[in-house]
Amino acid sequence: MATLEIRDLHVTVEADNATKEILKGVDLTVKQGETHAIMGPNGSGKSTLAYSLAGHPKYTITGGTVLLDGEDVLEMSVDERARAGLFLAMQYPVEVPGVSVSNFLRTSATAIRGEAPKLRTWVKEVKEAMERLNMDPSFAERNVNEGFSGGEKKRHEILQLELLKPKVAILDETDSGLDVDALRVVSEGVNRVRETGEVGTLLITHYTRILRYIKPDYVHVFSAGRIVESGGAELADKLEEEGYESYTKGGASA
Amino acid sequence: MAEAQNIPVGSTTAGSIAVAAESTVVSRMSAPPSFDVADFPVPHGREEEWRFTPLERLRGLHDGTAVATGEGVKVEVDAPAGVVVETVGRDDARLGRAGTPVDRVAAQAYSAFEKAGVVTVPKETVLTEPIRIAVHGEGGTAFGHQVIELGAFAEAVVVIDHTGDAVLAANVDYILGDGAKLTVVSVQDWDDKAVHVAQHNALVGRDASFKSVVVTFGGDVVRLHPRVEYAGTGGEAELFGLYFTDAGQHQEHRLLVTHNTPHCKSNVVYKGALQGDDAHAVWIGDVLIEAKAEGTDTYEMNRNLVLTDGARVDSVPNLEIETGEIVGAGHASATGRFDDEQLFYLMARGIPEHEARRLVVRGFFAELVQQIGVQDIEERLIAKIEEELEAAVA
Repeated sequence: MATLEIRDLHVTVEADNATKEILKGVDLTVKQGETHAIMGPNGSGKSTLAYSLAGHPKYTITGGTVLLDGEDVLEMSVDERARAGLFLAMQYPVEVPGVSVSNFLRTSATAIRGEAPKLRTWVKEVKEAMERLNMDPSFAERNVNEGFSGGEKKRHEILQLELLKPKVAILDETDSGLDVDALRVVSEGVNRVRETGEVGTLLITHYTRILRYIKPDYVHVFSAGRIVESGGAELADKLEEEGYESYTKGGASA
Repeated sequence: MAEAQNIPVGSTTAGSIAVAAESTVVSRMSAPPSFDVADFPVPHGREEEWRFTPLERLRGLHDGTAVATGEGVKVEVDAPAGVVVETVGRDDARLGRAGTPVDRVAAQAYSAFEKAGVVTVPKETVLTEPIRIAVHGEGGTAFGHQVIELGAFAEAVVVIDHTGDAVLAANVDYILGDGAKLTVVSVQDWDDKAVHVAQHNALVGRDASFKSVVVTFGGDVVRLHPRVEYAGTGGEAELFGLYFTDAGQHQEHRLLVTHNTPHCKSNVVYKGALQGDDAHAVWIGDVLIEAKAEGTDTYEMNRNLVLTDGARVDSVPNLEIETGEIVGAGHASATGRFDDEQLFYLMARGIPEHEARRLVVRGFFAELVQQIGVQDIEERLIAKIEEELEAAVA
């Protein structure tokens, strides 16, 4: 069973000619089949955790370990991490002019699966996955994320999640900027992948709204660069009522 | 509508739109156009038209010291039936009708060539196969002149392929009769040491369509001067260019479209990628709309993608308008670095770095390549771009 183990992770970032520590000792274990929600106020370091796990060059790991099935993730390049089974659904997916969605998806699937998918089954696979996400077939001929609406970008991220079948999926604020209809469609996509029981999900969000559609097994409160409280789904209800105030009052020095 | 985005260190993107009674495109040249090299002073490098060019690498083309050698370049023309292919002497009346040399090297070429090539597609002849002109450098120095003329309503595709090693200065005339359609693809795929300086003059007839595709990959110094004028109303010119400038290469494209006739169109799109130390690309895009050219519709664009440190781009679009009675006129120029966020996004989907870079660069050129409309050339260009990128990775 696939397991992602994060131990005492410390991460810094360079900003304004100074080195700033963003993550200050994160401990978390995500097993296949589990869904963990990470909730926290803006600036608490949630997205830094997501991008650090994926290997974004902007972030420097200064301490701790990240293991995926015992393999050292921090030693891997960005593409190696993806091929090892990590997937990051981004909050702000990047435009790639001149590269069509269909070309991108096939290139990616070829890299992840280690061989080019058979054309006939692949076309069918993509078509069906797009239909489930209410995406028009013409979408495949557009350039990656170019001119996409906020909802289209997020659907495109979840389309990749469904096609690439990672061991661990990190969803970075996938709910932000979505109206209720789009949120439902995107959540259903995530739930289809979860129901296979083959993915561990790390759901990063500022709001509890998405947790009505995607039920977490565990909820963690993130504040000032670390997990400050963990619990079951009921912790989300508490946050819904009380907000993050009790976690940020003492924690933030500024 | 000039724009400049994300300019790397060592690049300039200075554009201008001038509304004036007199053209500075013409007045800023150091001498008026002439067929005689003696009418041009030897450039010293500070002149407007020479300031970006490394004169010391022109192997004497600019100062009269370059002398033609016996085995300079070999030219082979492969033309379908119905096309007339001739080699003519200097006194042939068909030479030099599309335009006059505008700088010393073009005038040197005109003053020094011995034989010229003339390819004629008779009127109303519509070719289904391209005319192929292979210009192969044999290691020497040569001065050339080539005329390609289409009679009224003739249609042709011409592919001019430059390979091998040479020091070559040349003028190429394209003459389009009324209603003619000509696509010319000029590929500069020289060996590393070649020096190639040429002026391309297109004279576009009434209701004729001219499409020029300039593709520059090789050479030590390549400096091309594609120019367009119109011989009648309703003419259209599309000037597409694609260059891939490697370490140490100087690739310069200087365009001038002169709207001297009412109701003509022009569209200029040049895109380049650069990689390696001292890779230098220069793009000058001049468009002049003369007072009598009412109803003109023109747009020009230059985009550069800088893949590594150490490369330099100078991009200068310049639009001069002497009449307000036009349909449209605009220009854009942008030079950007390779986008690390695009790379991260693709790699985060398992795509290895070299393949991700290939996707992005292919994407950058894709739109332009698709507009060429000659399939084997499109495929060859894509293969060539891949080859350049492979070389960069290795």
